[in-house]
Amino acid sequence: MNVLEVQHLKKYYATQKAVDDVSFTLAPGSIFGLLGPNGAGKTTLIRMITGIFFPDDGQIMFNGQKFDPINDVVKIGYMPEERGLYKKMKIGEQAVYLSKLKGLSKTDATRRVKEWFIKFQMESWWNKKVEDLSKGMSQKLQFVTTVLHEPKLIILDEPFSGLDPVNANLIKDEIYNLAQRGSSIIFSTHRMEQVEEICDHIILMNKGQKILDGTVKGVKQQYKENLFSIGFESQPSIITGNSAFDVVGRKEHELVVKIKDDHKPNDVLQHFLNQNQSITSFQELLPSLNDIFIRLVEGTPLSRQFEKITE
Amino acid sequence: MNKTWIIAQREFLTRVRKKTFLLGTILLPLLIVSFYALMIYFSASSDAYNIAVVDEANIFNGTLPAKKGDISFDLVKQDTATLRGRIQKGDYDAYLVVPTGYNIMGSDSLVFTSAKAVGLMTRESIEKKIDQQLIETRFSKFDIPKQRLDSLQRKSKIHYQGLNKTSDGESRAGRSYAVGFISGFLIYLVLFIYGTMVMRGVMEEKVNRIAEVIISSVKPFQLMMGKILGIGAVGLVQFLIWGVLIITLQILLVIFFPGLMEQASSVQGMQPGGMQASQANGAVTALMQNMNQINFPLIIGTFIFYFLGGYLLYSSLFAAVGSAVNEDPQDAQSLLLPITMPIVFAIVIMTKAVNDPNSGLAVFGSLFPLTSPVVMIARVAHGVPEGVPLWQLILSGVLLILGFIGSTWAAAKIYRTGILMYGKKPTWKEMWKWAVRKS
Repeated sequence: MNVLEVQHLKKYYATQKAVDDVSFTLAPGSIFGLLGPNGAGKTTLIRMITGIFFPDDGQIMFNGQKFDPINDVVKIGYMPEERGLYKKMKIGEQAVYLSKLKGLSKTDATRRVKEWFIKFQMESWWNKKVEDLSKGMSQKLQFVTTVLHEPKLIILDEPFSGLDPVNANLIKDEIYNLAQRGSSIIFSTHRMEQVEEICDHIILMNKGQKILDGTVKGVKQQYKENLFSIGFESQPSIITGNSAFDVVGRKEHELVVKIKDDHKPNDVLQHFLNQNQSITSFQELLPSLNDIFIRLVEGTPLSRQFEKITE
Repeated sequence: MNKTWIIAQREFLTRVRKKTFLLGTILLPLLIVSFYALMIYFSASSDAYNIAVVDEANIFNGTLPAKKGDISFDLVKQDTATLRGRIQKGDYDAYLVVPTGYNIMGSDSLVFTSAKAVGLMTRESIEKKIDQQLIETRFSKFDIPKQRLDSLQRKSKIHYQGLNKTSDGESRAGRSYAVGFISGFLIYLVLFIYGTMVMRGVMEEKVNRIAEVIISSVKPFQLMMGKILGIGAVGLVQFLIWGVLIITLQILLVIFFPGLMEQASSVQGMQPGGMQASQANGAVTALMQNMNQINFPLIIGTFIFYFLGGYLLYSSLFAAVGSAVNEDPQDAQSLLLPITMPIVFAIVIMTKAVNDPNSGLAVFGSLFPLTSPVVMIARVAHGVPEGVPLWQLILSGVLLILGFIGSTWAAAKIYRTGILMYGKKPTWKEMWKWAVRKS
């Protein structure tokens, strides 16, 4: 059973179709990347899933049942992009307070906050105020308060912004741990290398619509351009008279070739073997998500224009 | 509901545990009362003012004006040179010479010589003393005896009463005025102080960007109500502490300064002149006695009702404004104007209503929910059938309840949209759209 099923979700504002007929499913324990340029409608979509906004149309199924914001929000942990904490409040109390709002009892909340603080080596911070913390420290605290109540669904919007690589890794490991324990994670970001590293499944949104949906591997396969790089022991000679590929790039001792549609890698190798060139490496070049992202949203104006909505 | 409670608890505790709260709540009344005590102390121990009177024209007939407050007269028969010496020695503060041949009917002037400058208040009471003596001397010159003089000068006595024969004496009117004015003013302060506190709290949440984190756990309405209720509880506690402290300190003051009451009455008696002094004394006692006649349960009950009703009505509006603005406090200023205007109007109407509780303006002001919290209490202080008919009181209460349900409902919708909006400040027109559109 899927943790989350989003079916034909729509949210129109006065001047924009913020989310226009978006559907996707989220399996338990999976890490899901929600990608898209600025203003694509990601935040609006997330706000509908967290019960902050009501959709205009379509429905959300949570744990196989119709999403009921009042009772289901306690099973969701959401770390928004625009996030913060009470500056003047002691961080221990603050974490306990936020988890009480998620339905934990005071003793339960205190115990879990202590466990997490020990895990993140923050025990000594308990009586510090948020204004005393560095940005990275408060970011860690924010993450702790998001996942403290062991939600079934965790939504993280740009979770690594402002973190150094060490702390980013710490959070990343926790994300894997949470996924292993059965939480599903929606991960919204612009940083494609992180998505490639972490996510199992991605969707790409643009102008309120879903324009791509699949596993990271699948998407890369789908958008591959049959490019291969071939390494040689010596400078390859000028290539003439082949019908299997075009050379699209050339470096010292290396060629990048694009294989034509009705040919196979073997044809390329055959060609060079026939020429008695000694090959040291042969590798397929898959597009990075970054390339795919740019290719798909290219041509979109950098900021969304206001449009007339007629229903 | 449970979450509203958790939020209210936090709002309450974080504010009550602040040092500024302790300072404001406990030190403020202490400061006021100690200031008050100091003033009394200094005025009680102010130096006596001795005047030597050389009555060569014998206008005083050998009797001196009664000692009044700090001013005392002393009839002497010495020349001015000796008197100057005695003033320098400190026996007297000043001397007054009434020369022989001083025409009591005419416009001759007297010379008052003093070492130090004479204050206005002292001058006035010295002049009063002398005038009174002169008038009596003038009357006796025409053979009008003192008793007749007193009966000629007697003031009219009017006994005011209500239709149901309840006494409506001057002291009662004065007391109603005082109670009404003070209560109305207190409610006005409550609306402003705690309303602004709610607004700041909402702005803080928005500026710190914690609003969205919390909104993902609770409904915006719960967050807003939790804040309003928590701060309302802070207000109630603060008022309770103020009330208890001020009453205790006043009692202590009376214990430490037993002469306080006489002091007060003598100060009052000084103005109408010696003859009415005993009457004024009586008025003070009557006022004290009348305090017992006050319908305290009614006043306190209405006060709490309008305190809470007014607070709930206005604080939700303040919350809506807080949710709409960003970091810039100036944005808040301009959006606040439509909210502060009715409060200011209310206080203007209230000052009229305490004088004339049944005027048209007072009736309107006490029914209209935006002004009724301040105005109605001023009318209620005059008593229920006399100051305000029962049906108006009930109607005003119902309108206030409807008013705050309406304002909370509209504010919640503005709040829900505003709290997640960053960027430019919305106009009132946009906020109106947020409030009326369906969810």
